Parts: sequence; C-alpha cells; structure tokens
Amino acid sequence: MKRVYLDHIAATPLHPEALEAMLPFLRERFGNPQSLHSDGQRVLEVVEEARERVAGLIHAGESEIYFTSSGSESNNFAIKGLALANRSRGSHLVLSAVEHLSVLNPAKSLEKLGFTSTLVPVDQTGMVHPEDVDKAIGKETILVSVMMANSEVGTIEPVAEIAKICKGRNVLFHTDAVAAAGNIPVDVRALAVDALSLAGDQFYGPKGSAAFYLKKGVRILPFIEGGIQEGGRRGGTENVAGIVGLGKAAEIAQAKMAERSEKAKVLRDLLIDRLPGKVDRVVLTGHRDRRLPHHASFCIEFIEGEAMLLNLDMKGIAASSGSACTSKALKASHVLLAMGLDHALAQGSLVFSLIDGNTAEDIGYLLDVFPPIIDRLRKMSPLYTKYLEEKGK
Amino acid sequence: MIYSEKVMDHFQNPRNVGVIPDADGVGQVGNPVCGDMMTFYIKVKDDHLADVKFQTFGCGAAIAVSSMVSEMALGKTLHEAMDITNDKVAEMLGGLPKNKMHCSNLGADALHKAIEDYETKTKPGAKEAAAAAAAKSPEVHEEEAACCCPYCDGPVEGMEEVCSCHQTSQILSHDRRPGQGSAFPKGP
Repeated sequence: MKRVYLDHIAATPLHPEALEAMLPFLRERFGNPQSLHSDGQRVLEVVEEARERVAGLIHAGESEIYFTSSGSESNNFAIKGLALANRSRGSHLVLSAVEHLSVLNPAKSLEKLGFTSTLVPVDQTGMVHPEDVDKAIGKETILVSVMMANSEVGTIEPVAEIAKICKGRNVLFHTDAVAAAGNIPVDVRALAVDALSLAGDQFYGPKGSAAFYLKKGVRILPFIEGGIQEGGRRGGTENVAGIVGLGKAAEIAQAKMAERSEKAKVLRDLLIDRLPGKVDRVVLTGHRDRRLPHHASFCIEFIEGEAMLLNLDMKGIAASSGSACTSKALKASHVLLAMGLDHALAQGSLVFSLIDGNTAEDIGYLLDVFPPIIDRLRKMSPLYTKYLEEKGK
Repeated sequence: MIYSEKVMDHFQNPRNVGVIPDADGVGQVGNPVCGDMMTFYIKVKDDHLADVKFQTFGCGAAIAVSSMVSEMALGKTLHEAMDITNDKVAEMLGGLPKNKMHCSNLGADALHKAIEDYETKTKPGAKEAAAAAAAKSPEVHEEEAACCCPYCDGPVEGMEEVCSCHQTSQILSHDRRPGQGSAFPKGP
C-alpha cells in the first residue's frame, strides 16, 4: 500500500549522506576519541569537524557546542545546569506554558530544591507575548526559557524580542530550538541567546544525537559528571557515529534550508487551505503565518485523535495527535489547553508535518481519504449527534 | 501494534453503532477530560435486551469496548446483562493495553446505567421521579481526571500525575522551602 509519511515532528528519515558518513564509525573506525593513539586521535578529528558543522548551522563558535543524546537531555541540561550554577544570584525561573515537558518537568523538580517558577501564558495561536515575559521577570529571576517553535502547533515564538528583554534585565535566556533548528534559520549571535537545544532527528540526522549550545563564559553545572568529554560538562564516551551523522545533517540542512522550506511551505499551505473545505468544524491550531514551514495542525471537532490516527494509518498515512488517548498518561496536550482549547476540542488534535520528498499528490491523497474517515467516526460520536440535534432546532 | 487483532476488528467494524430514538433506557459514562464518552441505548422486550445501540467518542479501545459490550449484551436477559463486567469485556477482546483499562474500558458501566435507567422508568411512580430528576440540572463531571502513570501504566490516585513509586518528592522534600506553592498546574 501507498505510504505517506507526515510525521516530521516524530522523526525525519536519515539523510543517505549522513548514513554514509556514519558507517565507518560503526565498523573499522571504532577508536575512542579520547585515546592518545592514532586510532583514537583520527576519530577525535571527525568529532571536532562535526562540532564545527553544528556550530555553523546556528552561527556559534565550536567551543560553544556540547554533544548530547537528545533534545530532552539538552533541555534538562539547560534548566538544571543553569539554575543550579546561578543559585547564588536568585532562585526564580520564567518559562512559557507551552514548553516541552523536558523543560517544564526539570523546572518542576527544581521546586523541590527551593526554586520557584512562573509560567507565562500564550494567546490562542500559541504565541508568547514578550511583554508578559518582561512582567514575569523579578528580582530573583535567573533564567528564562521560551522555545523557538512549538512542535505541536507549529507556532514560531518571538525569541529575539524575548532575548533582548532578558539581556536588558540581566537574566539568562535559553531557547528550546529542537523543532526549529535545521528547519528555519537560527543565529545565536543575532538572537543573543545564552543557551539553546537542538536535535538531529528533526533535520534528517540520526536519532540519539543532539546538541546543546552554551555561550562562552556562561556558567553551568556539569550534566554527566566523571568524564573528561565535552569539556567535563557532559561526560561519557562519545557517540561518534551519531555525532558524525548529526554534523553531516547540519551541513546539509544549512545548504538546503531555503529550498526545503519553500517546497514544504507550498504543501503546508495547500493542506491548511484545503482541509477545512473537505470537512466542516475543523480549526487550525497555532499561528497561520508565523509557523514552521513543514507544519500543519488542526483540531477536528466531535472526534478523538487516536481513532483518527489508527484510521489514517490503515490508509497508509502517518501523522500525530496531542489527544489524551494518544499520550501514555492519557491526558490532553498541555499546549492545546494553554491556548484555551477545551478538553473535548483538544481531543480532536491532529498534526501533519511534512518531510523532504512529500509531494502535492501525497496531500491530494490525504485530502481524499480524510473525509470518509471523519464521517465514519462522527457517525459514532455522541457529541456529533448532540451537535446535529442542536443545529436542527 | 498496541491493540489485539480482536480490538482492531471491532474498531474497524464496530457492531451496533447508532441511536435508538425511542429507547427504553439510556446510559452515559465518561467525560472528554479523560478522553472517552459512551452512550448506550437499549430496547427491552420480555425482560430481554431486544436491541442495543451505542455511540462513542474516544480512542480505538473505547470504540472496540463499546462494540464488544453491545454484542455480548444483545439477546441477554437484563439480569444476565448486569453480570457483564469491564474485565470480562477486556478478556473477550483479547486484552487491552494496561493504561487503557482505567479510561476506555467503561462499556459495561454504560450498559448497566442504561438498564438502571430502564428499571427506574418502569418502576411504579417512576414518572414523577423522572420529572423531578429532569428538573434538576444535569450532572456534569469535569473533574481533572488523572488516569494513568506515564512511567509504569499503573493507576494514579487523586490529583497526582505519577504513581507513588515514581514520585521524587519523598527523596527531595527535605529541601523544600516552606510557604512556596508550585507554579505548575496539576495537569500535564
């Protein structure tokens, strides 16, 4: 059966050139980069080359890049490491309400060590307003974290303005750029951020390979102690193949970003424009224009996301949802709830995210198979029956 | 696949979907907070379930459970139908994922409510009682449902979001400063 993959936010396919670059380090070039012999030293060279490439993607210096295992690790590193290293200056954090749980949960566990946090609200489009961040910053505030783009609703946050405010108030600023980096331009110098998280599996690199940017001179507590790797701040033998793949993917992403983005935008807009015409009572989630080029997200009223995903999968289409039933904890997405959607509507969440290689035919196929699926599920839904009854009155 | 073949069969081809406009009994369970809502309609003839229909808002498991319950109940006496339990339904479906057991496996409850609704309506003096009940505002259950621990699939008590075996507060609570409430909602 035809397979149409529309789940970029979950994983992108590994770029063939990244795979090729990785293979020798899973085979004959197995040396440990920390070894003094030439088997190790020659591997160290490629690790440093990958560091340069990742630095290049976000316009950072090589010494400001730390390799990690995931975007979640980078976020944990940022929140815990920066908060604990700057404890003498204060104990208050400011986060947006739509951050990834790998930002929110570390801040939450820091509460048990005496830190406090303020969650900045978002508007209906999932957008953080910089003046709200300004208001939330107090005397005790040491760190602000607002994501660059939200993976569930696609909204691109006004990070540059927020970074400027933080600088003016002498507060550190971290941005979770996992969904953004490699897909839209990210320039840590122009943005003036102090720390940033990114992950390779969001731009055709391997899973389990991510990075953390920390501006030179900013203090942080080591995340994994007891190893000399990554300047002693993140110990553990390097995932060499993963790092090499990440570096190659970063290099390709930088070169192809504009082209990939233009292609994705055309398909994204096709989907956003056409889907609501195919099925009634559909709302776009997130900002219409200030959104990731590959991201189209909706809430379909009266039905639930998991049931839609299973039906789409049977038709060969892979997508995501933020519904309660699709989460392991069976709770609706905190992002959609923070945007003011009610529980029933949030249950109908669907996220389509494009990868390189998707075509207009793919979108056409989705638009064809979508209405019968929705129709079938709505016929089963007590909420839809109630809606029809009320409409008939 | 997270679901058994039997679950997928009932999800893809649900039996007895629909509404009975002149139903003898109607039962509804669930709320959209947790994800699943089920409504059962029954027609009773000579103490037997002559017709059973349902509507479900929810995940694959919820739809399959409703379908299975309707199939198990159809033709049974009211007494027999009251013996159908959520566990039996899950068993008949070849099992359900652990985290779906608390939230989605509510079909038998909805059926029982429909039967109780029928019994209340047909009891002597039921009309007056029903009128009184209708005068009251309908019950709305919008409680913040904490369904399931994301780490071990176990049930979660009250408003907590992870089960007791995964709470870090026991380890770290000695360090908490008094008088400072958490900024985080009890939600996700």
